[in-house]
Amino acid sequence: MKLSTTKAFVGVAIAIVCVWSLAPFLWQVLTSLKASEEIFRVPPEIFPDSWSIESYRKVLTGRAFGTYVLNSLWVGSWATLICVSVASCAAYAMTRLTVKGTAFWQKFLLAPSFLPPAVLAVPLYQLAHFCGITDKPIALVLAYAALNLPFAIWMLAAFFKHLPKELEEAAMLDGLSRMGILLRIILPVSLPALATTSILVFIFCWNEFVLALTLMSRDATRTVPVGIAMLSGASAYEIPWDQITAAVVMTTMPVVLLVLFFQRQIVSGLTAGAVK
Amino acid sequence: MKRNVRSNKYWLDNLRAKHDWLFLLPAIVLTTAIFFLPALQSLVSGFFSINLALSGERAFVGVANFIRIASDERLFEALWNTVRFAAFSVPIEVVLGLGIAMLLSERFPGRGVARAFILVPWALPTAIMAMAWRWIFNDQYGVFGGLLMRAGLVETAPAWLAMPGTAMAAAVLADAWKTTPFAAVILLAGLTSIPQELYEAAALDGAGAWKRFKLITLPLLRPYLGVVLLFRLIHSFGIFDLIWVLTSGGPAGTTRTLALHVYETLFRYLDLGYGSALTVFMAVCLIPLAGVATWVGKSPVAQAK
Repeated sequence: MKLSTTKAFVGVAIAIVCVWSLAPFLWQVLTSLKASEEIFRVPPEIFPDSWSIESYRKVLTGRAFGTYVLNSLWVGSWATLICVSVASCAAYAMTRLTVKGTAFWQKFLLAPSFLPPAVLAVPLYQLAHFCGITDKPIALVLAYAALNLPFAIWMLAAFFKHLPKELEEAAMLDGLSRMGILLRIILPVSLPALATTSILVFIFCWNEFVLALTLMSRDATRTVPVGIAMLSGASAYEIPWDQITAAVVMTTMPVVLLVLFFQRQIVSGLTAGAVK
Repeated sequence: MKRNVRSNKYWLDNLRAKHDWLFLLPAIVLTTAIFFLPALQSLVSGFFSINLALSGERAFVGVANFIRIASDERLFEALWNTVRFAAFSVPIEVVLGLGIAMLLSERFPGRGVARAFILVPWALPTAIMAMAWRWIFNDQYGVFGGLLMRAGLVETAPAWLAMPGTAMAAAVLADAWKTTPFAAVILLAGLTSIPQELYEAAALDGAGAWKRFKLITLPLLRPYLGVVLLFRLIHSFGIFDLIWVLTSGGPAGTTRTLALHVYETLFRYLDLGYGSALTVFMAVCLIPLAGVATWVGKSPVAQAK
């Protein structure tokens, strides 16, 4: 009897937490599928009377939305590629090789993860200004690659550490160089870890706001979060909520799906990366 | 002859080890260029007056910018807002996160799905979801007020984001929604690392649920709590995107945080020198927070060893 009440309590509590976690997102989905006159009804109806994709059509045709998405994809892909490549080499050196001063370099490379990005806004703006690359996507690519480096190194190192030593020994007898071992032995067997790391780094790039806001000031180079935050109507008081909710759904849906599909890998990667 | 071969081999090993550091080089270069050099540059710029409107003309002003910090009332207001935000959001996130982690450590059908659902807020873009929250808290058409009206709790929904108390509460709520999953995931890893036998032994000794929680769970969870606190304290102290989108620091500056103050200094007043000094100030503020988290994270078990 006591056991089943505990079970019932756990079940109800889990259900509440799940609903709470998804509700804000689902509300955007429901709003985006209403006809625009229905959105502005007091008090709001939960479900649309008639379903409509008008909001999506409007934001896709009348806005620079496509540009924001392309910018985000471009910046995120390059940053992820650079970040994960550099992190693979570093994690390999830290876990499989004996480099003098590894302990120091470890701290040196992980230090940036203890600063919130907002603290880096002014320094990086100054750097980009100095290099003349404000408003150029390369500024964001480099910033994101560097900012996510500690996380990527951490995660890959946690994975590399558990690979059997015999893998390398056999390869060394075959006369493979260090680079050859990394490229042909370590990385291929680490594909799951590389995939998880890449997915997470890409999501972080896709989500980043403060640097995207400070480094990119032209509409043509804006990424998705800044673009959506700045979607406005004809006047400052008129906010096009129908289009905003549609844009929110389109830009968060891929992330939601990624999380649902890769939940297990993300959780194990995140905990391996964060706790050490 | 034999010795010769051996020393030769030793030399080869040495050569290889000598070049191993090259694998660290790209990471070191990237981190130095994008992180350490700009940080150093900010430290230096704090001693200059640099106005971006005047094409970045610089003049050495000594510690003037840092003295200005001491008399910047808007800064203290922002600091106080930041402290309030962190003081509310972080404990809520840790306590809720621990609760959720304990729920998820139970065995039940569909645990994987539940874990995935609960993780979703953490992975979503803060700025974009802040826009979503602005819509939810909209004074006329927002679903938050709408639901309260339906439940008969309020006659008309107030303008949540336009009143000092509720605007901060809304920001804390949105932040708790977004980052509790992070705390839950880390603490769940901590809970699963605790050997089940400890609980069984304690139960045999007649320890009740609360006692087991206090004497086994909490102490063994400390390293994990430390990690959660470290990241949450630091990031709530640097909170920018959520506030900027949700309230822009309003109403009447009651949600303006440190990061917003720095941003305004740079982009509204184009004052790079003072902005750099503020950045340094903000980074210094983080040190005691990191200290607190490290203290919490000190495992009593490791000390006992």
